[in-house]
Amino acid sequence: MRPPSRFVRAALPALLLLVLAACSAGDSATFPQSTLIPKGDFAAMVDQLFMTTFWWALAVFILVEGVLVLAIWKFRAKPGDAEPAQTHGNTMLEIVWTIVPSAILAFIAVPTVKTIWRTSEAPGRDALVVEVIGHQWWFEFRYPEYGIVTANELRVPMGRTVDLRLTTADVIHSFWVPQFAGKRDMIARHTNHFWFTAADTGIFSGQCAEFCGTQHGRMGFHVVSSDSAGFQAWVAVQKGSAPDSAMAKDSLYQAGKQAFAVGGCMGCHAMAGQPTEKLTQLVGPNLSHVASRHHLVAGMLENTDENLARWIRDPNAVKEGSLMKLPRPMTEAEITALVHYLRSHR
Amino acid sequence: MAHDAALHPPTSTGLDNRKLAIWTFIGSECMFFATLISTYVVYKGQSLRGPLPHEAWTDPATGQTLEHVFSIPLVTFGTAVLLFSSFFVVLALNGLQTGKMKQFVGWLAATVVCGLFFIGMQVFEFTHFVHEKHLGFTTNLFGSSFFTLTGFHGTHVTLGVLWLATLLYLGIRGKMGPEKALNLEIAALYWHFVDVVWIVIFPVVYLMK
Amino acid sequence: MSHTHESTGIKSWLTTVDHKRIGIMYGASAFLFFLIGGLEALLIRWQLRMPDQTFLTPEMYNQLFTMHGTSMIFLGVMPFSAMFFNYLIPLQVGARDVAFPRLNAFSFWTFLLGGLFLNASFLVNAAPNAGWFGYANLTSKQFSPGLNTDFWVAGLQILGIASLAAAVNFTVTILNMRATGMKMLRVPMFSWMSLITQVLLLLSFPVITVALVMLMFDRMFGTSFFNPAGGGDPVLWQHLFWVFGHPEVYILILPAFGIVSEILPVFSRKPLFGYTAMVFSGCFIAFLGFGVWSHHMFAVGMGPVADTVFSLMTMLIAIPTGVKIFNWIGTIWGGSISLKSPMLFALGFIAMFIIGGLSGVMHSVAPADLQQTDSYFVVAHFHYVLFGGAIFSLVGGAYFWWPKMFGRMLDETLGKLHFWLMMIGFNLTFFPMHMLGLHGMPRRVYTYADKMGFNEGNLLATIGALTIAVSFLVFIWNIIKTWRGPANAPADPWNGATLEWSIPSPPQHFNFAEVPTVESRDAWWHIKRAKGGNVGEPKRYAEDAVLMPNPSWWPMITSIGIIIFFVGLVFHVNLPVILLGAGVVLLGIFKWAFEPPFSEAH
Repeated sequence: MRPPSRFVRAALPALLLLVLAACSAGDSATFPQSTLIPKGDFAAMVDQLFMTTFWWALAVFILVEGVLVLAIWKFRAKPGDAEPAQTHGNTMLEIVWTIVPSAILAFIAVPTVKTIWRTSEAPGRDALVVEVIGHQWWFEFRYPEYGIVTANELRVPMGRTVDLRLTTADVIHSFWVPQFAGKRDMIARHTNHFWFTAADTGIFSGQCAEFCGTQHGRMGFHVVSSDSAGFQAWVAVQKGSAPDSAMAKDSLYQAGKQAFAVGGCMGCHAMAGQPTEKLTQLVGPNLSHVASRHHLVAGMLENTDENLARWIRDPNAVKEGSLMKLPRPMTEAEITALVHYLRSHR
Repeated sequence: MAHDAALHPPTSTGLDNRKLAIWTFIGSECMFFATLISTYVVYKGQSLRGPLPHEAWTDPATGQTLEHVFSIPLVTFGTAVLLFSSFFVVLALNGLQTGKMKQFVGWLAATVVCGLFFIGMQVFEFTHFVHEKHLGFTTNLFGSSFFTLTGFHGTHVTLGVLWLATLLYLGIRGKMGPEKALNLEIAALYWHFVDVVWIVIFPVVYLMK
Repeated sequence: MSHTHESTGIKSWLTTVDHKRIGIMYGASAFLFFLIGGLEALLIRWQLRMPDQTFLTPEMYNQLFTMHGTSMIFLGVMPFSAMFFNYLIPLQVGARDVAFPRLNAFSFWTFLLGGLFLNASFLVNAAPNAGWFGYANLTSKQFSPGLNTDFWVAGLQILGIASLAAAVNFTVTILNMRATGMKMLRVPMFSWMSLITQVLLLLSFPVITVALVMLMFDRMFGTSFFNPAGGGDPVLWQHLFWVFGHPEVYILILPAFGIVSEILPVFSRKPLFGYTAMVFSGCFIAFLGFGVWSHHMFAVGMGPVADTVFSLMTMLIAIPTGVKIFNWIGTIWGGSISLKSPMLFALGFIAMFIIGGLSGVMHSVAPADLQQTDSYFVVAHFHYVLFGGAIFSLVGGAYFWWPKMFGRMLDETLGKLHFWLMMIGFNLTFFPMHMLGLHGMPRRVYTYADKMGFNEGNLLATIGALTIAVSFLVFIWNIIKTWRGPANAPADPWNGATLEWSIPSPPQHFNFAEVPTVESRDAWWHIKRAKGGNVGEPKRYAEDAVLMPNPSWWPMITSIGIIIFFVGLVFHVNLPVILLGAGVVLLGIFKWAFEPPFSEAH
């Protein structure tokens, strides 16, 4: 049987390479939710702090594991070994190996405390305030500055700090979009303040990060960061409530609007042009601009007609345990009409 | 609890195992009550509605005013009774240790009576709160945390009374003697602890506003 | 009650008050629950091997991960440690039994019945499903209407009673029943770490007991301790839970530290390096352990002051932990290291715990923790310290003390195979999880999407989990194979340092015919040295040479009463059943109190 020391000695450098490779590898396309590819100020600060800690940890790892492996190899028993010296301890060593780790920790503690306080500072007056409300199992976003209510897709202007006010309508959730910031919990009767500034444009992926029941695993969202013009264009569309004029002339549109009302959708979803348009305490997301979103079902599905139909046909088959329970199944005709109707609301 | 003393080897600390055990248990119980008291303190002033401990409260929906619930004189008297009971049990223990069985039985009976009186006071207070003061277990955070804290304390008092009454019964039946004094000493330690917990609860809950 | 001491038969095991038998029963039960917990893990890993799998429904998955965590902690590691507390503490301190033998039996039966009760929830498709830390307000009646959380509350309360009773017992045993000459700073390290563990149990369990009671009141009676609608604060649950929960992790690891501190000297042929530093660092860790709880809550938004304090306190606790690791290395340095199975596991422990400790330091950095918490990074961290740490050590302890407990040696070759498979499997399972977490995979998710960069790591982890499973099959085979042989292991197969090696394997009922007088640490090495090195097999005496306490039914009956009480509570507050349970408990206690522990006139 090979002495374990040789195995471990071979494995250690390999492990090291693996770690380094894994840490350095990474582009947003392969790892769309990675904390190691910061795209915003908060995440960048945290990443820098993490890397500081990581390098210290790596050094300690190599040193201590190295000494361990060395000791096992150097002092392995050989036949006829005399009894080793019965050393009981060494006070100087105890002092040294108490003080040295303390010093290393001080090097980690100072930037830690600095970052804690920096990230706790209030954002500037010109930050964009967004209220984020957690629901089982989707994210609601409100922009009080613009009177916009939307869901599952947070639109932000690149370069302008977003001032998030986080809470929940039911159980504890957690807002986590790793490329922009760490996570912050959403707790009833609490409003958590949190901010980040997007440094890049694109679509970024996030997920709920506090176990919140059956479908915690599929409670995702996206952050779409655009330049200032793109963001303002989006705001303008969101503030309106009229459907696409061409699509609305279609009889399918009227059929869809009807199906929305009688099929039970209205009970849970606010929708432009429907009686529930202005309601805010509903179980389901506001659908007034559902067609303008890139994804459906809390970030799970691409926003295509086929997926929309699939979802309406049987929510439980897509997302088991979903709170979207239709009073009665929709007919295929109703589904087609509904998809057209919803598609017209950008 | 009949043990032959010869079967007890000397202990490393000099304390009997059972005495060390009750102290250990008491240490644990301190954390138990500390948690209950902390919960009460954290929720103090946080109730969404009344009635309240020390001040009147008007229901904004109905305009009805509910007066404060605590009756300090009654509880102060009950506290005094409980404190005296700790003194009485010491006298009972002294009697048992010196073989004065009448003293032992008499003062132990007095302790049990005091304990029963304290429980009676609490039962009266609780029913008064529920029926006349409209404060129930689920009425508000004050009700929940108050009844939980004092209810657990009262349960501890009850179990202590049961314990002491058992020893009293054995004493009356002539089955106790100085060689069994440790049994009463352990029960007395528990009783003192229950008393000390009340000495913390009384000012924190009843006196502090 | 019969006063004969039967040595065989089911009744003798049901009524035993012998700490060694109780220890073995703890071990067997713990192993059974550990296998169940392991099966739960395998099901989880199978579901997660690839993205978008539907092998498990979300509800099934949530029950499995909740039960996996709850089982491994409360029904796996803790009772596994309890096996060693029970078996070893009296032997190491030179006592004939624990301070309260019937209380000891009571602890065991309460634990076993509690564990069975908790697992019985699967039979009614209502296994706990809100995570092992059961955050409010998900656990409120509104959001968890089924019996799942009620089972969880009741199960933990029952297990808490068992642990508290045992904690009183072992505290008194270690403080009060030491052999003559065994001053505290001569007590073996396992018993020392166990003592500190008992103190942690005594001070931390009451906190969760209160929290569980309040949750139960919320669910059953409509109070609002954690219910926001009634003014309650879900964060209070987190504070109370973690004031218990953080000391709990030290409860899980300190006995393991103690075991490693016993194994390393024996297989290095030199004493533990820095015994006093090891004792004091253990005490310091326990003390500080009560001051770091909110490092589990950095994402809650407690504010920069709290975040700073808890960050710094958590970093502080790394220092005594480091001291221990360095002293272990100091122990083997300059020794003559024999790489037998127990030693492999002990060394593996050190190697793995270093990694777990370092990822712990990463977590202590609050802003960085905001990325790491609730992701697979923390799953990696705690498995490195609990599996790479506690389990490696406990398994090492099993190999080490197996001959003492069962009179048979485990097979060395199979032991090495078990070690290497477990080492490789463990690292393959959990190392990738660091990367999964850093790349943004949250924890407690029943599935994940494709093209997130999570596929490779998860597949590796599943392969690793299967490897771990194979390693335990090797262990089971080892046990079965060696069980068939005769029980003729020597009293002292490893040249041990502590008193348990001075008596026969397995020991006689009364442990020591004559309790030795202790003159130093490593008492047995000292005695052997004084006798010139060679001591033969210890003498065996007649089994009734020393009067031992009677067996008794009352501890088990009292435990049954507790279960009945909680069954009544869980199944819709059924008052007659609750009162029946309380009645059985009171009856059990009274009969127990008035039953003489020893036979009359010997």
